[in-house]
Amino acid sequence: MAAIEILALEKTYSVGFWRKKPRQALRPLNLTVQEGEIFGFLGPNGAGKTTTLKLLMGLIFPTSGSARILGMEIDDPRMKAQIGFLPEQPYFYDYLTARELLVYFGQLSGVDPKQRSRKVNEVLQRVGLPDAGGVQLRKFSKGMLQRVGIAQAILHDPKVVFFDEPMSGLDPMGRREVRDLMERLKHEGKTVFFSTHILSDAEALCDRVAIINKGELQGVGAVADLTSSVHGKVELVWQGPAVPSSLRALGADCHVTGETVRAIISESDQDAAIEALRRERLRLISVTPVRTSLEDYYLQILQPAAATSGARA
Amino acid sequence: MSARIAHIASNTFREAVRDRVLYNLIVFALLMSGAAILVGQISIDIERLVVINLGLTAVSLFGLVIAIFIGIGLVSKEIEKRTLYTVLSRPVRRWEFIVGKFFGLAGTLAVNTFFMAIGVFVSLLYVSHHFQKQDGWVLVALYFIVLQFLIITALTLFFSSFSSPLLSAVFAFSLFVIGSFAEDLRGFAAMSQGVTRWLATGAAYLVPNFSALNVISSVAHANPVPGQLILYNSAYALVYAAMALCGAVLVFERRNLK
Repeated sequence: MAAIEILALEKTYSVGFWRKKPRQALRPLNLTVQEGEIFGFLGPNGAGKTTTLKLLMGLIFPTSGSARILGMEIDDPRMKAQIGFLPEQPYFYDYLTARELLVYFGQLSGVDPKQRSRKVNEVLQRVGLPDAGGVQLRKFSKGMLQRVGIAQAILHDPKVVFFDEPMSGLDPMGRREVRDLMERLKHEGKTVFFSTHILSDAEALCDRVAIINKGELQGVGAVADLTSSVHGKVELVWQGPAVPSSLRALGADCHVTGETVRAIISESDQDAAIEALRRERLRLISVTPVRTSLEDYYLQILQPAAATSGARA
Repeated sequence: MSARIAHIASNTFREAVRDRVLYNLIVFALLMSGAAILVGQISIDIERLVVINLGLTAVSLFGLVIAIFIGIGLVSKEIEKRTLYTVLSRPVRRWEFIVGKFFGLAGTLAVNTFFMAIGVFVSLLYVSHHFQKQDGWVLVALYFIVLQFLIITALTLFFSSFSSPLLSAVFAFSLFVIGSFAEDLRGFAAMSQGVTRWLATGAAYLVPNFSALNVISSVAHANPVPGQLILYNSAYALVYAAMALCGAVLVFERRNLK
């Protein structure tokens, strides 16, 4: 079953004071996210990621199109009880302590009063803030606020979680913890939809990604599929002081670093190359197909758009 | 009333308390103490009148300032700081948010007025040495002041649902001033003719009639307040505040939160 169905969702703003002109923030977007997926929504700044999330949360209204989450319309309060949302650069009532904020949000989400306190403690523990519950939020660092933001999004045990730039403001350790948390959410059967422009996070976490630019969907697919263009090449790594002449004859592109040599060769020459290394009694360390990274795919998708806009400018 | 409205109202009240809004009570207490001591020394036979006039006017003005300056930020501050995003992404309807905010501020003003009322009665006791039967009408005047706060809070929420905080404050304060002369405006309308009469009559009935809700001078002179006026003013204030609140909800329901 689809957790999120976006059907030709479109948003156009009127900009200007006197003579208002339309500005299309989101062109008709069609997207489906299956239950239990970690789905990455990628794109540069201003691409339309936050606009899409705001539309799904009912914070802004679409010009046309519709969306359904867990089979319910996006303005259905029953649906909202089953989702969690972390906005970009979240800011909370700074006169409250972290615990008071989470209790308040628990009340609004309809968390059972008998379980509320236990859930608040659990979620504070889960985001790495077990001792900060009694501290007023105005004393929190940006990273701690981000963690509180994640806590409030998962407090009521939602089925679908939306994170807008969840790694923003976090140090490497914090990013790792959030990645682990998202993987745990997936293992618990939850659907995670998150926007980011940090491609390594998306590549490490996502089952599928969509790339959006200038309000238009540029590509969507499984990360494994998008990064599986092998180009028919393999990378060989071995230990040895030099590159055998027989390998050079195969046209290998070699890089020597100390005692380690990396060579890129055609996949069809792989067996011949391994045989050559064996003959020379060199120690083979690895043979890996050369894959396109998500970053390569992302740049490949976005560069034509950048080139077009450059030409227009 | 849904539980969510109560939670939002309670949080709004807590915000006002933690933002030290109730500190105005200290200024009010100092004002009333100073006035009572001064009046006791310089007024002859009119101490009671002066204390009631001064006390109730101060209650009204302090409350008005709180209603307007907190009211203008109730919605706009939440949008600007984006605290609203994590509220509206929950099963909270937009109208529940507006109504919750209204009750939160109205509750803050009611509590504030309660403590100020204690200050007025203590001052009255200080200058008169005992309470009189007609002092009970001061409670009715205080009740009317709270009714004024309900109207001005709802109006401020209405203005802040579509305009900037500064403009909202200007609109709300202007309406308070014009509404305080609503009876004069109605008198002017009755004397006018033609288009002016129509416009003046329309304006006179559109602006909130704060002059009918102001019985400070009357109770200071120990005049009773007719029961019919209490009923009429109660119904008028509730209907007017409800209409302004409906207007705020209608605007806010359609607003894109940028």
